[in-house]
Amino acid sequence: MIPALNHAHQIGEPNRNSPRIKRLATFLRGLGHKPDALIQALHVAQGMYGYLPLDIIRFIASELKVPPSRAYGVVTFYHFFSLRPKGEHNCLVCTGTACYVKGAQGLIDRIEADFDVHAGGTTADNTLGLQTARCIGACGLAPAVTFDEEILGKVKADDVTRILRDKLAKAAS
Amino acid sequence: MSLQELKALEERAKARKTAKKRRLCVCSGASCLSINAGEILAGLKRLVVDKNLDADVEVLPSGCMGACNQGPLVLVQPENTIYQNVTPENATVIVDEHVAKNEPVSAMLLFAGTSQQPMLDSRQSDFFKKQVKVVLENCGLINPEDIEDYISVGGYQALRKAVCTMSREDVIAEMKQSGLRGRGGAGYPTGLKWESVYKYVGDVKYVICNGDEGDPGAFMDRSVLEGDPHRVLEGMAIAAYAVGASKGYLYVRGEYPLAIKRLEIAIKQAKKLGLLGANLFESDVGFDVEIRIGAGAFVCGEETALIASVEGKRGLPSPRPPYPAERGLWGKPTLINNVETYANVPPIVDRGGEWYSEMGMPKAAGTKVFALSGKINNTGLIEVPIGITLREVLFDIGGGIQGGGKFKAAQTGGPSGGCIPEQHLDTKMDYAALQAVGTIMGSGGLIVMDEHSCMPDVARFFTEFCMEESCGKCIPCRVGTKQMHGMLTKICTGRGTMRDLELLEELAPMVKDASLCGLGQSAPNPLLSTLRYFRDEYLAHIRDKRCPAGVCKMANAPAAEGVRQDSA
Repeated sequence: MIPALNHAHQIGEPNRNSPRIKRLATFLRGLGHKPDALIQALHVAQGMYGYLPLDIIRFIASELKVPPSRAYGVVTFYHFFSLRPKGEHNCLVCTGTACYVKGAQGLIDRIEADFDVHAGGTTADNTLGLQTARCIGACGLAPAVTFDEEILGKVKADDVTRILRDKLAKAAS
Repeated sequence: MSLQELKALEERAKARKTAKKRRLCVCSGASCLSINAGEILAGLKRLVVDKNLDADVEVLPSGCMGACNQGPLVLVQPENTIYQNVTPENATVIVDEHVAKNEPVSAMLLFAGTSQQPMLDSRQSDFFKKQVKVVLENCGLINPEDIEDYISVGGYQALRKAVCTMSREDVIAEMKQSGLRGRGGAGYPTGLKWESVYKYVGDVKYVICNGDEGDPGAFMDRSVLEGDPHRVLEGMAIAAYAVGASKGYLYVRGEYPLAIKRLEIAIKQAKKLGLLGANLFESDVGFDVEIRIGAGAFVCGEETALIASVEGKRGLPSPRPPYPAERGLWGKPTLINNVETYANVPPIVDRGGEWYSEMGMPKAAGTKVFALSGKINNTGLIEVPIGITLREVLFDIGGGIQGGGKFKAAQTGGPSGGCIPEQHLDTKMDYAALQAVGTIMGSGGLIVMDEHSCMPDVARFFTEFCMEESCGKCIPCRVGTKQMHGMLTKICTGRGTMRDLELLEELAPMVKDASLCGLGQSAPNPLLSTLRYFRDEYLAHIRDKRCPAGVCKMANAPAAEGVRQDSA
């Protein structure tokens, strides 16, 4: 299974001079440092880092003047936010009803077996992350899989490994 | 913008359109885009220029045309001919034959090679014939990223009419007369909701658009937001005027990046023309709207949870009353409606409540958008008058069961709804009639299952969904869904006992009655509905350790009957 997350090394003061933090700070200023901008701020931060490092959550919390506990609570409440780095490339299998009816579980089983990865985790070399989603709203294309931002429709279990390997090879070249 | 300026802009936009002999709309809904529509659009644009046809032909991206299964789609106007399975390669034929020589390409017509008859005018095909488009009337026909295209079909005229010629009470009266009910699922009369927000006194009021389309298998709101975003903005602005609000929030799922992008463009364009902002049509009425992006929590579709999320908090629901109409966002009177509800508003104001009330059923006027998916030939997006039968939807419009399979059940209402079995195929798609057969209208997801779907496993699937999406605030939902899921998993792995079934039937009503919000209150519905119609399948799993549909992996060793085992 996926190893437990070790938070200890992440908790510290963020480096306020890093370019990314500066960009984040500018964005927060633009939002007027309002506490209700917390979710928007987390969206932006995750867009920059690919996930939400704890020091960044603390930085956002202090800038928006909300307790770190509340910011952390929001992060863990919403599925979209991740405390864990994703893979370099990410495959997301839709598990909405239409995809379920058309065999999404078969796709997950096949990817997990062929890439030695668990849903919610990444491969050992971190090249591919596997996630599941509630419904990406592409029900007409069920079963649907996304590779990074691209939607792949009507994917068959027998083809999924080949498709993903092709995508990975293309992305690496 | 003044009255005259809007009229002049409409005339100009119309003239620009009629100057072209043909319009080629390339479906750029999320579904078609994912299968190369972008490349087709760029290719057609290039080709039209290369062939010196650009003076007569306009190529544009449009919203979802509905027949998603046959995509990518290209619509040729004015003939209303839709071509299916277009590729960047064969798209050139449409220009060479149809546009240049007036010779339609029959082999590529929508539904060619399927059981439905392909038609030159797609509106004559079985798929479209029984549909009535109100919410989707512009979807697929206009460029969602061009406000002038929306204005050319009369866009923002309803807002002008409301602000310039109607009192707030008039607008509310029109909504009440229309008989429109909330399209998010609960079906509360929209006019009444507006009236109660209007009546609460407050210095500040808000309107919120619920675009947190969380039901798996539902993509109606996504298509409306992607295909006709101005329509929703206009509906919100009219609602804001009616209830006396000047600020709105549009809450959209984070999973819908294209919808967010198109809304951002739409808001920017509307602000630039003065159709959003202060002093609309030189009056003292103003309306400003902000997008809030959801972060993937199903419970945020519940209105009080959604309000918490807009405030930047965990999306936990709170007990009602007080209803948001009295105390909502930041404690102020707040109107919350669903995307499809707002999209119904401009035509009601424009054409009158009476016109709208004549469609549909006496107690449920108008049309409903459904997202057809699962084991059906024509997966896609449809809009039908309320009261049409399920049989008509599935077999006339939907083209029947995929692969000639046997219909087993249709699921409506997502995790809050239930299944409709074969004996109820003639049920009317109407709030009351669906409730009578044990399901709900819901937001519009309609998933078709054939004999390869195992109903206890379907119940387990939805219960797992509710268990994971339960926010954890109240115990009946948090613990109840977990226990139901445990017992259903036992049944679906061949370890279930009759005692589990008894306990499930005892627990389900408790979860229903005691949960705080709609998520828990409706979580047992899929279980209760499948038990009502497919009890024999549960018994086969428990007694014979057999899954009739061949879906469940049953444990080898049958468990002794009546012995309570550890919950899985």
